[in-house]
Amino acid sequence: MATEILMPALSPTMEEGTLAKWLVKEGAVVKSGQIIAEIETDKATMEFEAVDEGTVGKLLVAEGTAGVKVNTPIAVLVEEGESVSDAPKAAAVAAPAPVAAPVAAVAATPAAAAPVAVVSKASADWAAGTPMKTMTVREALREAMAEEMRGNANVFLMGEEVGEYQGAYKISQGLLDEFGPKRVIDTPITEIGFAGIGVGAAWGGLNPIVEFMTFNFAMQAIDHIINSAAKTLYMSGGQMNCPIVFRGPNGAAARVAAQHSQDYTAWYAAIPGLKVVMPYSASDAKGLLKSAIRDPNPVVFLENEILYGQSFEVPDLPDFTIPFGKARIWREGTDVTIVSFGIGMKHALEAADQLAKDGISAEVIDLRTIRPLDYDTVLASVMKTNRCVTVEEGFPVGSIGNHLSAVIMERAFDYLDAPVINCTGKDVPMPYAANLEKFALITAAEVVAAVKSVCYR
Amino acid sequence: MATKKAAEKSNVSKDELLKYYRDMLLIRRFEEKAGQLYGMGLIGGFCHLYIGQEAVVVGLEAATKAGDKRITSYRDHGHMLACGMDARGVMAELTGREGGYSKGKGGSMHMFSKEKHFYGGHGIVAAQVPLGAGLAFSDWYKGNDNVTFAYFGDGAANQGQVYETYNMAELWGLPVIFVIENNQYAMGTSVKRSTKSTTLFGRGTAYGIPGEQVDGMDVLAVKEAAEKAVAHCRAGKGPYILEMMTYRYRGHSMSDPAKYRTREEVEKIKSEKDCIEHVRDLLTQSGLASEEELKAIDKDIKEIVNDSAEFAKTSPEPDLTELWTDIYA
Ligand SMILES: Cc1ncc(C[n+]2csc(CCOP(=O)(O)OP(=O)(O)O)c2C)c(N)n1
Ligand SMILES: [Mg+2]
Repeated sequence: MATEILMPALSPTMEEGTLAKWLVKEGAVVKSGQIIAEIETDKATMEFEAVDEGTVGKLLVAEGTAGVKVNTPIAVLVEEGESVSDAPKAAAVAAPAPVAAPVAAVAATPAAAAPVAVVSKASADWAAGTPMKTMTVREALREAMAEEMRGNANVFLMGEEVGEYQGAYKISQGLLDEFGPKRVIDTPITEIGFAGIGVGAAWGGLNPIVEFMTFNFAMQAIDHIINSAAKTLYMSGGQMNCPIVFRGPNGAAARVAAQHSQDYTAWYAAIPGLKVVMPYSASDAKGLLKSAIRDPNPVVFLENEILYGQSFEVPDLPDFTIPFGKARIWREGTDVTIVSFGIGMKHALEAADQLAKDGISAEVIDLRTIRPLDYDTVLASVMKTNRCVTVEEGFPVGSIGNHLSAVIMERAFDYLDAPVINCTGKDVPMPYAANLEKFALITAAEVVAAVKSVCYR
Repeated sequence: MATKKAAEKSNVSKDELLKYYRDMLLIRRFEEKAGQLYGMGLIGGFCHLYIGQEAVVVGLEAATKAGDKRITSYRDHGHMLACGMDARGVMAELTGREGGYSKGKGGSMHMFSKEKHFYGGHGIVAAQVPLGAGLAFSDWYKGNDNVTFAYFGDGAANQGQVYETYNMAELWGLPVIFVIENNQYAMGTSVKRSTKSTTLFGRGTAYGIPGEQVDGMDVLAVKEAAEKAVAHCRAGKGPYILEMMTYRYRGHSMSDPAKYRTREEVEKIKSEKDCIEHVRDLLTQSGLASEEELKAIDKDIKEIVNDSAEFAKTSPEPDLTELWTDIYA
């Protein structure tokens, strides 16, 4: 029987890809295990092997086609004497339909209120009329490191697979070629070892960038981040500062289960002596990473794998930086303040758009740096809107939202018309199953529900 | 290195060879199927296939007795099948379904069976090494003669906790066999690019732990070495290190394009060293088994694997209430 060959999923985050090249022609006989095509995923170019044996009856997708969705038929294999039309139509075995995560119980909105306009606020990080270019967060991070390495010979990058492999998530792609193996250093898998070496090198006057393949593995190294990097300036009476950046993806990726999906923001934010940064957009990724590399203190720079491939406008300037301790207001609003950071911003902005349709005007603040934290911007907004919802991916206990709630209570109690609600990930280790994972993660729908609740709608 | 020749001379029965053939083939076909299901989006996240390394776990399991324990990394599907865990339960965990060994909550990297003394499935490189020594500690403490197999990779062998564990294991004489699965790469980093001390078993010398390098593509050599190591442990002489020289045919995980090695390198090992072909040759060339007998096994294995895939596709997703269970005992 003729069988359809479907576009394969070749990475945890791949939803579509480019069919870069066919390695077989129509009429060719293929064996099981033979490489028949090259497919570009969100991370790399992969070889795609045939599963079944047969003759290539038809190539359904031309090489060079981008945006081919996973599970789309891309070719038809026929057996001897068969024609292409024998292929069963779209026999794709679909992954289970996603189950909608139930939203916290909130009184249903009664009659629809008049929609309000979404008021996007221009960034205060660059002047109006600045030339802009579109780039992904991944490219922005790479540019930030490359620019700082060009500008300062003491900056070097160290970590697992950062050099010859070009980065497990391709952040350091091309850096080995430009800067050579002395400045782009592949380490063995020994996190506590190379984190400690990084701290020592920083004390010795260098500016290391230590990449953790993900922050889950920084747990092996957390003693040096906290006990060595963060505390020594204090313990030395101000003599020994530690200009180092610890960076890498943090938080949940997709379906990689409990040991590989955790948001450590609140952990590091608790530590005096550390600076903690978590960018959402590409311009922040670039401007804040450059500032981090120049900072005389240890900086924990928390990235997000799901955001790596997302594109944003970035100022096309020779030396664009963003100072720490300044939040960014993405939307201006009057009814409620939504405070978030990192991937939480995706849900916050989505929620604000939906809320506008329901007549609720939300102000959306991206903290960007968690330590130092821009309390003034948050408090000024809450004093204006009188309501606040925080959004983050991490666990609910001891969250950044908990901390903000306490500060708002202390400093703006009389301005509050409702208790602050913290939207967080669920209080469970991250499950693997698709439906459970969805349920464990924070969603825009939950943010919308929380806002309606504080607005008594 | 214990060689193929030495192994061939040893007295192996037809039944024994057929069992190795069957067990290794089950792992290979199971992994191929898992790769397919991943491509279809039925398996998500990371999925690390064991294809190429089958002889290691099958040879070691041949030297175990009831009560022995095993623990390994995320590259764990082969270990589970080899210790007798059910293919259906493993595959259904890969698809994240209720019928999986962890009810769908653990996925490819995190499966366990207390019944079969399989203690996971661990995602943090080298974490399983002290955990394995701890399992051995429990048997040492209770005074029985069980042995624990702690499997880890050549990349894991550079983590500091391995050496902290070596020190204590020898100090206290723990019955643990450290099995280094040296497949020559840790993701994209070859052994040579990660250490100048490339004879990994030799690092035990500093702590007084004996060990040896073994041809991990030869199931008979593996089994012979395993028996020696097991005898050492059961006799109360403390830990032993086996460095299995092996090779993974596929990328590190499903998303690794494996550009750090040549296609020729992979093809050479596949054609010259394949563990399954080796046993197949031993069986057919000596006239111990006919093509028909082997074909019947192939067919049988195909059925088991297809059945597991069918089960894994049709087993329901876990109930949403499962999100909140199993957090505390
Ligand atoms: C502590 C830690 N650091 C990094 C990783 C990412 N990682 C997963 S597997 C791997 C390579 C391990 O190679 P090896 O030990 O040789 O085992 P193999 O994959 O070859 O079986 C790396 C770097 C991790 N999971 N845990
Ligand atoms: Mg390895």
